[in-house]
Parts: sequence; structure tokens; C-alpha cells
Amino acid sequence: MGTTSMTVNTALLHRVAEKDRAPVPFVLDGEPATALEGDTVLTAILTHRAQLRRNEFSHEPRAGFCLMGACQDCWVMTATGERLRSCATFIQTGMQLTTGGAA
Amino acid sequence: MTAPTLQPVIVGAGPAGIRAAQTLAAHGVRPTVIDEAARGGGQIYRRPPAHFARSPQTLYGTEASRATALHSTLDGLAAHIDYQPDSLVWNAQGGQLDVLHSPTQTTRAVPYGQLIVASGATDRVLPVPGWTLPGVYTLGGAQVALKFQGCTIGRNVVLMGTGPLLYLVAYQYAKAGATVAAVLDTARFADQLAALPGMLTQPAVLAKGMYYVGWLRAHGVAVHTGVRPVRVEGETRVNAVVWTDGAAEHTVPCDAVGFGYALRSETQLADLLGCRFAWAPMHRAHLPERDGAGRTSVAGVYLAGDGAGIMGADAAEWAGERAALALLADHGVKVDTARAAELERKPTKLMTFRQGLEHAFPFPTNWADHAPDALVVCRCENITAGELRACARDAGADEMNRLKALTRVGMGRCQGRMCGVAAAEILAQATGKPIDQVGRLRGQAPIKPIPIHLQAQAEASA
Repeated sequence: MGTTSMTVNTALLHRVAEKDRAPVPFVLDGEPATALEGDTVLTAILTHRAQLRRNEFSHEPRAGFCLMGACQDCWVMTATGERLRSCATFIQTGMQLTTGGAA
Repeated sequence: MTAPTLQPVIVGAGPAGIRAAQTLAAHGVRPTVIDEAARGGGQIYRRPPAHFARSPQTLYGTEASRATALHSTLDGLAAHIDYQPDSLVWNAQGGQLDVLHSPTQTTRAVPYGQLIVASGATDRVLPVPGWTLPGVYTLGGAQVALKFQGCTIGRNVVLMGTGPLLYLVAYQYAKAGATVAAVLDTARFADQLAALPGMLTQPAVLAKGMYYVGWLRAHGVAVHTGVRPVRVEGETRVNAVVWTDGAAEHTVPCDAVGFGYALRSETQLADLLGCRFAWAPMHRAHLPERDGAGRTSVAGVYLAGDGAGIMGADAAEWAGERAALALLADHGVKVDTARAAELERKPTKLMTFRQGLEHAFPFPTNWADHAPDALVVCRCENITAGELRACARDAGADEMNRLKALTRVGMGRCQGRMCGVAAAEILAQATGKPIDQVGRLRGQAPIKPIPIHLQAQAEASA
């Protein structure tokens, strides 16, 4: 669905400070993307996308909630099947992350 | 006198944990300090990653000097404590903690002789339809995005719920350049007026709170009190909030929502350690019991800070120091008893103000009456208010652990941190029982998810 994927591919988080940090290249849903050093995986993804994954039960998009390691709703899958709690994991060069795609 | 039998461990490096560590170190005792975060400070004084550039004034505003003092205290203790950051305590029993080092995904056993648990708090959440949509965060989460990552959760943000954090986050977001589409407070303006006498006991704190509200109004931000959030709208992400003033529904377009209803204590470790709990009416929660010094019902286990009842950061610093003095005194180390007594008096003086906060930002006790059956209460496993009510009605569940066993509410990855308060409110409403009579979710190890092979490994070596 065109409109859905357009919305999903729009950033949810917006950088308003600390923009002068070193770029960190990573791979997002198979495409090259750039984060900044010190970004969490959550920030790295949500400055490009509007979701981190789909909920296992409702299959609806999720984008984290508490941002402090309590709600466990920001888990993302790497391309190799590893699970990361994205609010508490820092982005690293070359990380390959997936977000579960559009509906 | 040295005390060779002391082997204290402090869990948490926020205001309480840091002051506890400082106090033990000042008495020649070397504590282990275990903290889940990469850098100490706790949530309120959370530090951004090392190479970020904003000043403490920008990050912490009126609390900058407190934050800086606490950070430099921790940094200055480096040679005198065994500081273990990035480390999650996921189990506690019989003189041993199981600790996951997050970056390396390895688990280790940390023995303790005495334990100070300073586990802090998270936002207290009462769900609203649409709260699982991308773009909806807790108020604390909205603040973390800004403080820790230099990001806002949206460009046009609605902040709602109630509590002091509501206005602070709104102010911080507006200052950072976001548009605050509306501040929606479930408390009535009359509540805030009625609370004024009690809050005047802490005029400086009250003045800060009033400053934020005044600033927001002066900058044209719509502040509505006495509201009830009805739903968050959107398909794949937030596009509006609908709220009611009781007479009519209003729609505010927005691209993000931050919400919460003050804070709730993280009590899982105290539970695993066997501490006795009691209902605490002001906190509307079952909390581990502690005496004025922080001693629990379990010998050698002490509590300090918001993890044992929400009293705020200043009180947490006092409680951390007080608990450390109690630990020392209980093991034969001479301490300054006048200082100990002063540290116990300070929170007592704060109590009138603290109760004033409950009047100014009351918990919406009728929340469950307005929660529709289709409302998702458990965001981990998508369990609705209707399923919880049906379980109470058809299966006779009248206690939280029975409800959990039958519906899985509180059994998902968050272990009830996000849904537990709401589920209890729904159960009380469905059974007609008072909220203090529906019980509390028991803590269970691992208190946060860990890789399963690590748990097996830890159990095998135990």
C-alpha cells in the first residue's frame, strides 16, 4: 500500500540538538543508512522510519514506548536474527537492522 | 575501626545509589555499585553519551547544579568503589545477585553481604485507546529522547496525563523548538488551587512548577485542565488526540503524544529478596516496607529512593545516605547519629508538600469506568480490558496473580511494568473490590528479559 509505506518511511524522531557528531553507516531493511555516533539503535532507526518492528500478536507497527529499558517494546531484529533492545543499545558501524516492513 | 565482614552491594546509580556509595566510601567501606545504564545519574539526571556537547544548564535546567554535583560525586568515587555499569541485576536470592552485562551478553554471580536497593521508578501509565501507535511515548520517554539523544518524539506534540513531569516536559519541548499542540491535564484547576497550602511548604519547588505553567501559557500553548483523554488516532502512526471536557469531544491534530500519570516504583528486586510489602494509600500501590532509615523486613537489605515509594530526587539523595548509615551502624561501624536523625527528619518535612502533589495532580480514580472493553491494556501481548473483565466475571478471578495466570496480563516481556497499574484498576472495577484488595503482581526472575541460554548457564552454576 503506497500511502502506508510512505508514512512508515518517514522519520518519527527529529533531531533538535547534538547534530555535530560523527556519522555511523549502517544498513536498514537492506538499504544503506546513516546514524550519528552515540545514537541508540532506536534513534538510528526512528530518525529514518516510523516503526521498529511489528507486534507479535496484533502485527501492528510499534516504535517503543518508555525509552528507559522497562517496557520491552523496542526490540528489533538484526538481519541475522539477533534481538536487540534498541533503546539501550548503541548503534555500531555496519549493523544490519530490520523493521518488519509495511502492512 | 574497619569492618571486615562488610560486603555491601548497591543496585542503582541514581541519586539514592550514588549518595549511598559516597557514604559507605567515606567510612572506609568499598561498595560494589551495579547500574543498568552506561553512565550513572539515574533517570532524572541521566547523562547523554560521552561526546555530546550540551551544557548541564541546557540538559537539566533548574536542576543543573544538583545533577552536576551528583555526577562529579560518582566520578570522584572511581577509586573507592567497584562500579559496574551496563549491568542488569536480573535475579536476587540468598546472598547472590545474578547480573547480565548487556554489551557482552554475559551473566555473572555477584555475592553480597548487605544490599542497598535503589532501583528507581518508571512512568505510571493508564492506557488510552491508540496508545500502542508509533509516536506515543511516556512523558519520561519523551524526556529521555530529548535529554539523552537530542531528539523530539515529534514536531507537533500533545502532552497529557497528570503530574509535575507533564508541565516540565511541555516546557522542555517548547524550549527545544517543538510545537506543543496542547497540554491536557486530567487534574482540575480547582485541584491545583486546593493543593496550594500544602505545596507552599516547599515554595521554591512550587515556584518552579508555576513558572513552567506560566511560561507555557505566555507562549501561547493551549493548557486544558480537567480533561479526559478519549483516544489517540492514526493508522500506522499518531495523527491526532481526542479528549473530552465532559461536555464535548475535542480533536487536536499532532504527530506525537507523551503521556503518564506521575511515577511508579520498581519493586521487583525487593520482592525477590522476600521483603514484606504493604499497601501505601498515598502511592496507591503495594510497596516494600521500610523504616525511617531504609531497613526492610529482611536483615541486611535496605531500600532507598523512588524504588520504595515516589518521593523525588532530593529525598532519594537523603534516603541513600541514610540507608548507608543504617547499614554501617547495623554492622558496628560508628556513624554520625545526629546526621542520621537529620536525614530522617528531612523527608518528614517534605511530606506535606508530597501530599499536596497528590491533591494537585490526583490519580484519576475513575479511569477504569471509562476504559472501553476494546482498550489494549497489555501492550506486550495485546490483552484488552474486556478480556480482563470477562476473566473476572466468568472465571471468578479476583486477585492479580489469578488474573495473570488466566489472561497472561503482566506475564509479557515488561512483566506488568506498563500494564500492572491499569490491570489492577480494571480488576477492582470489575469485581467491585477496593483497589487495595486485588493484590499485586508477584515479581519473578528474570526481572527483565535475558537470553535463555544465559539463564540456564546461571542456574547450572548456582
